[in-house]
Amino acid sequence: MKEFSELKRNLKKDFSKLKPVKVAILGDTATQFLTQALRGAGFDSGFDLQIWEADFNQIERQVFDSGSELYHFSPQIIIVFQSSHKLLGKYNKLKADQASFASKELNTIKAICDTLISANPKTKIIFYNYPEIDDAVFGNYANKIESSFLFQLRKLNFTLMEFALQAASFYICDIASVQNLIGKTNFFQPSVYINTEMVLSINVLPRIAYKTLDIINAIEGKFKKCVILDLDNTTWGGIIGDDGIENIQIGSLGIGKAFSEFQYWIRKLKNRGIIVAVCSKNTESIAKEPFEKHPDMVLKLADIAVFMANWETKVDNIRKIQSILNIGFDSIVFLDDNPFERNIVRENIPGICVPELPEDPAEYLEYLYTLNLFETISFSNEDTERTKQYQVEAQRVTLFEKFTNEDDFLKNLEMVSLVEPFNKFNTPRVAQLSQRSNQFNLRTVRYTDNEIEVLGASPDHFTFSFTLEDKLGDNGMICVIILQKEDGKTLFIDTWFMSCRVLKRGMENFVLNTIVNFASENGYRFLKGEYIPTSKNEMVKDHYQNLGFEKSGEYWIIDVLKYENKKSFINKK
Amino acid sequence: MERNQILDQTTAIFKDILDNETIVLNDTTTAEDVEDWDSLNHIQLVVAIEKHFKIRFTSMEIQSWKNVGEMIDSIKSKLPEA
Repeated sequence: MKEFSELKRNLKKDFSKLKPVKVAILGDTATQFLTQALRGAGFDSGFDLQIWEADFNQIERQVFDSGSELYHFSPQIIIVFQSSHKLLGKYNKLKADQASFASKELNTIKAICDTLISANPKTKIIFYNYPEIDDAVFGNYANKIESSFLFQLRKLNFTLMEFALQAASFYICDIASVQNLIGKTNFFQPSVYINTEMVLSINVLPRIAYKTLDIINAIEGKFKKCVILDLDNTTWGGIIGDDGIENIQIGSLGIGKAFSEFQYWIRKLKNRGIIVAVCSKNTESIAKEPFEKHPDMVLKLADIAVFMANWETKVDNIRKIQSILNIGFDSIVFLDDNPFERNIVRENIPGICVPELPEDPAEYLEYLYTLNLFETISFSNEDTERTKQYQVEAQRVTLFEKFTNEDDFLKNLEMVSLVEPFNKFNTPRVAQLSQRSNQFNLRTVRYTDNEIEVLGASPDHFTFSFTLEDKLGDNGMICVIILQKEDGKTLFIDTWFMSCRVLKRGMENFVLNTIVNFASENGYRFLKGEYIPTSKNEMVKDHYQNLGFEKSGEYWIIDVLKYENKKSFINKK
Repeated sequence: MERNQILDQTTAIFKDILDNETIVLNDTTTAEDVEDWDSLNHIQLVVAIEKHFKIRFTSMEIQSWKNVGEMIDSIKSKLPEA
């Protein structure tokens, strides 16, 4: 991890080509260094964080005065940093009623949050929780005293999480866990606090900045979707080809424990929706044997979306896995115990994340925890189904290789699609896809749950969600269209994005047929599209041209009267 | 450690933290003589010096030095005798 002075050096670099993101920081202590650390860390993530810092201790004035500088700045992201020290200061001044301190504080925080969101529903709030201060007034007994500061602080942290459950745009940045990791003596330096009113030590600033950037990256659609595992000495101890199934190390004895616990972690990630793939230099049948037969294996073949065990290079195999999954290399984590393999992969596959696993497998997990690789800002039931879908996709790739003619292959798939407007059942998935889709996304406008609900009910918009199912399996919802009434004749395609796992199935044709027919049935003459380039969506640069739209200035137009339905092997469900 | 060694190492820390290779320090140098040595960067310098020499200053000391010479004296007083 970079030091603060290195992050500061970033500030002199060229930010002009980076993606601008407007961030406001509201703190009740001095935040100048935090601002510098954030902007410096943002540079390394490809962001030009344009940070506006409120004068310190002005949180409530900035929030509750609708004419304040905060609202003039109109930030996309607001970081609220109320320190444990100021919290303790408030608590110290109480004359009575200490037991209701946390609930009153929570109410103030809710009011701040509600005011910010109602001023601009698109704003995301990142709220720093409270690292613990034990004022040692009651000793251990503080745990049994509701009015103790420790009790109230912990209660506040917990009730903040409960509040976050239902406040969609409110994200907690868990700086308390940073203090747990590095210890309070490293987190807080009293002399710095006394001299500058800053509660974060110089050493901890980069950690806090990166922790915050993890959330900003996720908000901006940059997060990890897949972990690829090596097997020998990564997933289990020993070498299956040499040692045999009875001698590999896994289970409750000795170093086997470390591998078992590692596998439990991988399984939890899989259950959360991270795709797990295997890439191993092994004979396939031998590599699969432990998954099928070893009683102590936590991971089973059903947990693995793509299994690549052969004698090709890891680079080739990872590329193959990537092409089946159709996700960016920068959303893939590769775990391998061998430094040589790690280097080759890192050098040949730009963007892929290859952690420097410690030499001792006993330390794998603790090390991986500190990297916080799997940040997210959403979670839906569909996440848990993802592995099955990718396994089916791997079968589809095999099936495709049997057909010489693409049309025959598509016909053979027997595809059906359910087309529906947004409703309360599909809203979370629509919002999530809106955050996840980078490549096949024409305008890359991100919508949250709340915004999707509003659009679904809007009289000025028509919304469509598409599922795709075939004889091999159900992909679930994979495409979303939002049409906006521009005038009596024209519908503007505000949003068109599609999951890359259904590329090359003729889905684009089916979608266009659907919306053109909708337009003409409802008396509209034109559909108008726009392509806004990002670093990721070059794939759809010629999307509208390929579909027969005509260029008109910055936009693409299609006349529904002249439209002939395009070839499609997908039927409406 | 000799006083001039401390001065050399402190100068190197200043160069690193303030990202300026041209800095020259002597006993009479004050914050006004060095570009970017403001009250915020002062704290960053102090923390870097503490880390380098493995010492700790008190909150009062941090604000008490009138020039680099006093700072070096303070560092020297905290280091074990050579």
